[in-house]
Amino acid sequence: MKFSRPCRASGRAIQVQPKVPGSMADESKAPQSPESSQPAASGSTPASPAAGASPISPAKPAAPAPLQVPLDNDLCRRYRVRFGAAIQDALEDRKQAILIVDAGQLFEIACYSRDEEKFDLLEDYTAVDWPRREKRFDLVAQLYSFTHNTRLRLKIPLSSAEEPSTLVSVWPAANWLEREIFDLFGIAFRGHPNLKRILLPDEWQGYPLRKDYDILQQDTAWVRENLGIESGQ
Amino acid sequence: MSPTLHSILAFVQTWWVELLCAVLIVLVVPLVAGYIVLVERKVMADMQARLGPMRVGPHGLLQPIADALKLLIKEDLIPDNADQFIFWLAPVLSMTAALTSMGAVAFGPWFQVARDINIGLLFVVGVSALGPFGIVLGGWASNNHYSIIGALRSTAQLISYETTAGFALVSGFLLAGTLNVRAIVETQRTDQAWYVFLAPVGFVTYLIASIAETNRAPFDLPEAESELVAGYMTEYSGFRWSLYFLAEYANMIVVASVGTTLFLGGWLRPFPNVHWLGWLDAAPTLLLVAVGAYCVFRAGKQPARVQSMFMWAVAFGCFVVAAIFALAAPFRHLPLQFMHDGLYGAFWFLLKVSAYIYIFMWLRFTLPRFRFDQLMRLGWHILIPLALINVVDVGIALALSSEFGVNRWLAMAITTGATIGAAMLLLRWNDKHAAAASAALLADSSVAEGTHAG
Amino acid sequence: MNILADTVHENIAPKTETLLGADELVINMGPQHPSTHGVLRVKLKLDGERVIGSECVIGYLHRGVEKIAENRTYQQFAPYVDRMDYVAAVSNGLGYCEAVEKLLVVEAPARARVIRTILTELQRIASHLLWLGTHALDIGALTPLFYCMREREEILKIFEKYCGARLTTHAFRIGGLQYEAYDTLEKDVERFCKDFEGRIQEYSDLLTGNSIWIGRTRNVGLLNSADCIALGASGPVLRASGVKWDLRKAMPYAAYDQYKFEIPVGTNGDTYDRYMVRIEEMRQSRLICLQAIENIPAGPIMARVGKVLKPPAGEVYHAIEGPKGILGYYIVSDGSTQPYRVRIRPPSFINLQALDKMIRGHLVTDVVAIIGTLDIVLGEVDR
Repeated sequence: MKFSRPCRASGRAIQVQPKVPGSMADESKAPQSPESSQPAASGSTPASPAAGASPISPAKPAAPAPLQVPLDNDLCRRYRVRFGAAIQDALEDRKQAILIVDAGQLFEIACYSRDEEKFDLLEDYTAVDWPRREKRFDLVAQLYSFTHNTRLRLKIPLSSAEEPSTLVSVWPAANWLEREIFDLFGIAFRGHPNLKRILLPDEWQGYPLRKDYDILQQDTAWVRENLGIESGQ
Repeated sequence: MSPTLHSILAFVQTWWVELLCAVLIVLVVPLVAGYIVLVERKVMADMQARLGPMRVGPHGLLQPIADALKLLIKEDLIPDNADQFIFWLAPVLSMTAALTSMGAVAFGPWFQVARDINIGLLFVVGVSALGPFGIVLGGWASNNHYSIIGALRSTAQLISYETTAGFALVSGFLLAGTLNVRAIVETQRTDQAWYVFLAPVGFVTYLIASIAETNRAPFDLPEAESELVAGYMTEYSGFRWSLYFLAEYANMIVVASVGTTLFLGGWLRPFPNVHWLGWLDAAPTLLLVAVGAYCVFRAGKQPARVQSMFMWAVAFGCFVVAAIFALAAPFRHLPLQFMHDGLYGAFWFLLKVSAYIYIFMWLRFTLPRFRFDQLMRLGWHILIPLALINVVDVGIALALSSEFGVNRWLAMAITTGATIGAAMLLLRWNDKHAAAASAALLADSSVAEGTHAG
Repeated sequence: MNILADTVHENIAPKTETLLGADELVINMGPQHPSTHGVLRVKLKLDGERVIGSECVIGYLHRGVEKIAENRTYQQFAPYVDRMDYVAAVSNGLGYCEAVEKLLVVEAPARARVIRTILTELQRIASHLLWLGTHALDIGALTPLFYCMREREEILKIFEKYCGARLTTHAFRIGGLQYEAYDTLEKDVERFCKDFEGRIQEYSDLLTGNSIWIGRTRNVGLLNSADCIALGASGPVLRASGVKWDLRKAMPYAAYDQYKFEIPVGTNGDTYDRYMVRIEEMRQSRLICLQAIENIPAGPIMARVGKVLKPPAGEVYHAIEGPKGILGYYIVSDGSTQPYRVRIRPPSFINLQALDKMIRGHLVTDVVAIIGTLDIVLGEVDR
């Protein structure tokens, strides 16, 4: 397996830096005494309306706190300057940064994220199906930067006809992850070196993680043909 | 009476002792192999903080018999695309070679099929070298990739390590001056030393080579179960498989016997010429009495009637043999003396063989397995040169003591020191080259890179 | 995933020149093979014994866990995650519960977090022990397996006493714990930790300095840090290549910010380094357990989350440092009682991607060593 790194500068010398206060990474809790059981999202965003009364309180859907807020920090601004309208939206959900980006510029944004913003680890790559939306799928990439110890989530809305470009040449880790998305959602990636089913049999019909794939309607034909039994559902 | 029958009868009349021994070997070896397996499992269990087989018979004593029965009644599978005849022939060949080579081994002064055969150990080495044919043919005939890899590994391994073992034996032959098994043991008595003390390097190289020859861990690459499933035996099942299995254990007995005969004084007791150790002569008797007494003691406490009967039987057997040992000394003129010498020799011989096999087991449960290139490097870069140097050094020592009158022990000490020094050099040289060799192997493969992703 | 073995010739690297000009040999390692740790199937293309190409075929254990999640409530799905990496069920449960808690914007009480930490670290030791035993067995050392199992048994006994289950424990609940720590938990953990130091030395004595072991593992399956990150490999695989990074330090969760421990790193990124890293990780986990039992805070063990969980619409990604690497959960809620989408980032699956790169040029013998050193669990790879 050869890793082509078209736009990579150096790449080594990875160090974990202590978290910079005020950076947008939410995950590392600020040092706190174990007894002070504050809600995770305490701080600038009040997590719950009842926070004053009871430190640990259920999130009541009746009075939803503003969990999603627009994201406007340096990182987001840099992306906007660089890619303009390709960054459709930027928000924070439960203190986690999300960029909603255009599928057309996916490859360029990925290269930029890796090389300029040092998001060198593609932690996860998956999809979500929203059948009622016009752009049916969301591709979701979780990026992690060892240099800054931050995460960033890229969401790429996608209609079912679109073929996003593959990220294998940017992050080789995308290879199997894209195959899995292809396998379970039926999203084909342009330029993938070996795009075929990975978890399901090659001859399987349908894409199980789509919302319109009923769990009761398996590929009964495949089961009958290959396993010699009637599908148990 | 037809002439054929007559000649057969005459043959039997002349050779009845040898025939009896041969029949005994064929009958007893499978059983002994089964019990070696049991002992091996018990030793393994002991080293691994567990109990081992406990269910079949007291302390699992009937386990080998249960295993044998299971193997006999298993379905006999031959793969469709296998070469049927060779598939059938291969395990038989292995087993035959192993049993035939036992013919020249002397288990004590009286128990030997090919009595006084003058090429003795050469016959053993030669015939047991046929065993690998069974492995290679079996691996090839199975028409399975794992089998063929196992068979090829076995070919390379056996060729390499037979050479080492041969050279190691030569150093012993030089000392003994004969190939005759009985004569070798007798010269160790007259030389007043086991050859392991005169040629220690020879013994160690033979020990290592004999482990490799019998495909035992850490040299069990032909059947490495974690890599090749079962290597050349992958497609074998049931009785055919058990023939391979028996051949392996029979081979263990053979190599252990050869090692014992040549280096460990055969059936001589330790230090046979030291008089104050004479009490060792009584050791077998005392040991048997002790075992018998223990059995009697435990017999009453067994939960089942069968078990206590079994204990009584064992105790009885022990006492009978002990009585033969004890009574033979005062009644030297009786024919009992013949049995006494045979049993007494066999006791020491089997004790040494057992110790030798125990070393096999011990290493198996302690060491990880070699990789193939490491195995070859150990064989060709270290053991074969070492065995060669050892032969030369033993020769020099013999010449020094016979031609120049140097003390035998001094000569041996000097030459052994030289051999060990050479071994050190070889090891250091090998360490330097091993890393480079494996790096070259990897670099070589970079051509194949970049062709496939995932 | 092809069922017929005849089709193995496709898709593995194209024809290359072999050393002796002989035919290439394609062997099918798995799905039934003693050391592919489950139902992994690797098609190997060999030149003699040298690997010149490979392809992993997985999915034999695919159960559609992510689809099942969409048809269960949040609480109902929790036991399913135990069945992914079934040798580290407690860690899986921790990741899932914390992810849902984040989605609900609640946090487990301090006492629950500490007990979770103790059990998760014990689980890490148990998982590494099982890895050590089977890895050593793959390389041909029979004995360490039984010693490792003996120690793992002690840990499983603690789990059994705590929640009644040994393997698929479902030890944690969303919002905290269901069960209070049993009376002698601290004592049991302490006794285990006291014994364990000497026991771990036993394994080291058997393997660390053994020249055959070193010969079999040094420079085998090299993966440098750049490749590790590019391929997404995480956990001990990443650390063995010299990257001093651990989610427990980088983004602390549970109660890890309260304890002192070191992140062991290797230098070479070979099988031996991964072995050393995992051995040292067990020592560090032991230290964390010892620190944690010193001071388990009093208080409630369950946050008030209610019987019916309806997280507000939105999404969350939460990852923990599982025994095998980054174990992440991405959960999307549409405000109903059932998750809209649960995505599990399985460390074994992503680490397994590195296999092809690691085994090229090595011998068949090394392939089993490298599969072993990746520490994969097929239940998690296939989900």
